[in-house]
Amino acid sequence: MSDHEYTPKSKFGKWFNDRLPLLTLANHLTDYPTPKNLNYWWTFGGILTFCLITQIVTGLVLAMHYIAHADMAFDSVEHIMRDVNYGWLIRYIHANGASMFFLAVYIHIFRSLFYGSYKAPREIIWIIGIIIYLLMMAAAFMGYVLPWGQMSFWGATVITNLFSAIPLVGEGIVTWLWGGYSVDNPTLTRFFTLHYLIPFLILGLVVLHIWALHVPGNNNPVGIDVKKPSKDTVPFHPYIVIKDGFALLMFMIVFAFFVFYSPNILGHADNYIEADPLVTPAHIVPEWYLLPFYAILRSVPDKLLGVVAMLSAILILAALPWLDTSKIRSAVFRPLYKQFYWILVADVLILGYVGAMPAEGLYLLIARVATAYYFLHFLVVLPVLGLKERTLPVPLSITESVLGGSPNPAIAKNKESLNN
Amino acid sequence: MKNFLKLIFLIIIFIGFQNNSNTAEKVEYLKTDWSFKGLFGKFDRAALQRGYQVYTEVCSSCHSMKYLSYRNLAEKGGPEFSEAQTKAIAASFEVKDGPNADGDMFTRPGKLSDKFVMPYENVKAAQAANGGAYPPDMSVLVKARGGGVDYIYSLLQGYEDPPPGVTLDDGVYYNKYMYGNKIKMANQLSDGLVEYSDGTNATVEQMSKDVTTFLMWAAEPHLEARHQMGFKAIVYLIILTILVYFSMKRIWSRIETKV
Repeated sequence: MSDHEYTPKSKFGKWFNDRLPLLTLANHLTDYPTPKNLNYWWTFGGILTFCLITQIVTGLVLAMHYIAHADMAFDSVEHIMRDVNYGWLIRYIHANGASMFFLAVYIHIFRSLFYGSYKAPREIIWIIGIIIYLLMMAAAFMGYVLPWGQMSFWGATVITNLFSAIPLVGEGIVTWLWGGYSVDNPTLTRFFTLHYLIPFLILGLVVLHIWALHVPGNNNPVGIDVKKPSKDTVPFHPYIVIKDGFALLMFMIVFAFFVFYSPNILGHADNYIEADPLVTPAHIVPEWYLLPFYAILRSVPDKLLGVVAMLSAILILAALPWLDTSKIRSAVFRPLYKQFYWILVADVLILGYVGAMPAEGLYLLIARVATAYYFLHFLVVLPVLGLKERTLPVPLSITESVLGGSPNPAIAKNKESLNN
Repeated sequence: MKNFLKLIFLIIIFIGFQNNSNTAEKVEYLKTDWSFKGLFGKFDRAALQRGYQVYTEVCSSCHSMKYLSYRNLAEKGGPEFSEAQTKAIAASFEVKDGPNADGDMFTRPGKLSDKFVMPYENVKAAQAANGGAYPPDMSVLVKARGGGVDYIYSLLQGYEDPPPGVTLDDGVYYNKYMYGNKIKMANQLSDGLVEYSDGTNATVEQMSKDVTTFLMWAAEPHLEARHQMGFKAIVYLIILTILVYFSMKRIWSRIETKV
């Protein structure tokens, strides 16, 4: 793993390290050569690790007080909010933490898209990332069901019912998922179990994600390979540690504003009404971070095809390293791709917006156009662009681009955005 | 760095915008100054006590508050009745307890640890007494409605004669802030309905504001503690961020790359 041999100084350290090379690992992590031109978009990996740990720790405490039973879940959440010491704080951190987690993961994913971090030799990192993202969505969805409010119940009903679109066995699968003939206590208890399990699966995948990252090393804003260690890199500690720490603190300030001053703004009011199978809410909407996919689901008139479209919208990302045919990684040197990139960002935001609106009239039309464009971007624009696009000359090394030594005016012009 | 801040800012706006569009119905709610909003927002103690009076004398004949206990009324950050007052309040309610040694249920005066006594035995009984409509539990009502306190405050004052063309069934009333404008609760408040012990003039507006404040506290009993802790936490984070920023500059000055 490490690029140079490491021997602990103390005798005990050496004895221990020969048997379990933990010190070698620690040394690798501190010395890990990192491109020195990483901008703040690269700090979200660390922020995401923080989010995961926060969710696990707060979730653990909540699980000590929560009761996974259809008759008691809502009451137990109110018990946490009122009578458990700082229960309100723990729960609000956990609930808003989910939103912050997704905010960070979307920035992380879109950073990857901009700088081409998914391209060779980093395909495995990318695919593991997509699996983590899928698991996050599953965990978030099941977590939202646990308070057993109206949106919990009806959200669970809508999403599990999607499986009934599968021909022949669909209905059977739904009954099997529910553990009965409707969303009820068995559904709640299994969702709780899975909600508890998934974060640890994510944790394991995060270890693999980082491991896979440490083989080729970080991509960087210029998108060229760096020799490591070299003048182009800095040791992870202290340079990147302090920078990630600084960014994390900024993130925590935003986080704290949500937790302390508008803890319910990201949730839906209906979820403070206890689940009632006999009363359907006027609009069933998922949490904001699932809205783009919800919009895609609803934009297809056929149920089965809608489900297929929604799943493909996520799974298509896994094929991205092969759909993008460009040899150049960073959008900095791809003027056309850069424009399509921002159109995609706008497209996803629009999908999110119409996902929150009723699926009718103009909203539905916009959703359909945006859905079509989403797939067009990945299936047509990216493959063609890579072959046709005239890219800008790429600097030979990071140092060259960082110091502005390149004779290329385009690079000098982009220096600002590279360094940030 | 600049881009980073810009994006964070945009995303917050976007989320806020989206949330507003979720909940915004066409009517503008009545506005009033809520003492509990803002960085240092606190409850108006007197308003909470008056609000409790309105709740007990008016709302509680139909609406339960099953997550509150009488002890909450004496707790810090709430109406903060004295312990003696709170005990007297609790004792004024008959609580069903048991079974005793003989296996019989019995009633006794309420204690601090008792939950608020419910007006009806169960949901069915509540529906039967209210023409099929269940008066919702009020413990978290403010958080369970899109418009929050402004909505409740407006609703209480929103009763009007129906506009021409709108026909109302028996036991259905017209309220301009209600979703669909039809509500099964009759107008409950009228000027001078309760007699405030602190001499405040009990106008409909005053009572609406007081009882809504009380409901906000009922839904968020730790709101004051949250605001206080939030301010300290954020100030602490900002100071730490500044210190870390300068440490970072110092460390990165060892190499010529800017951070």
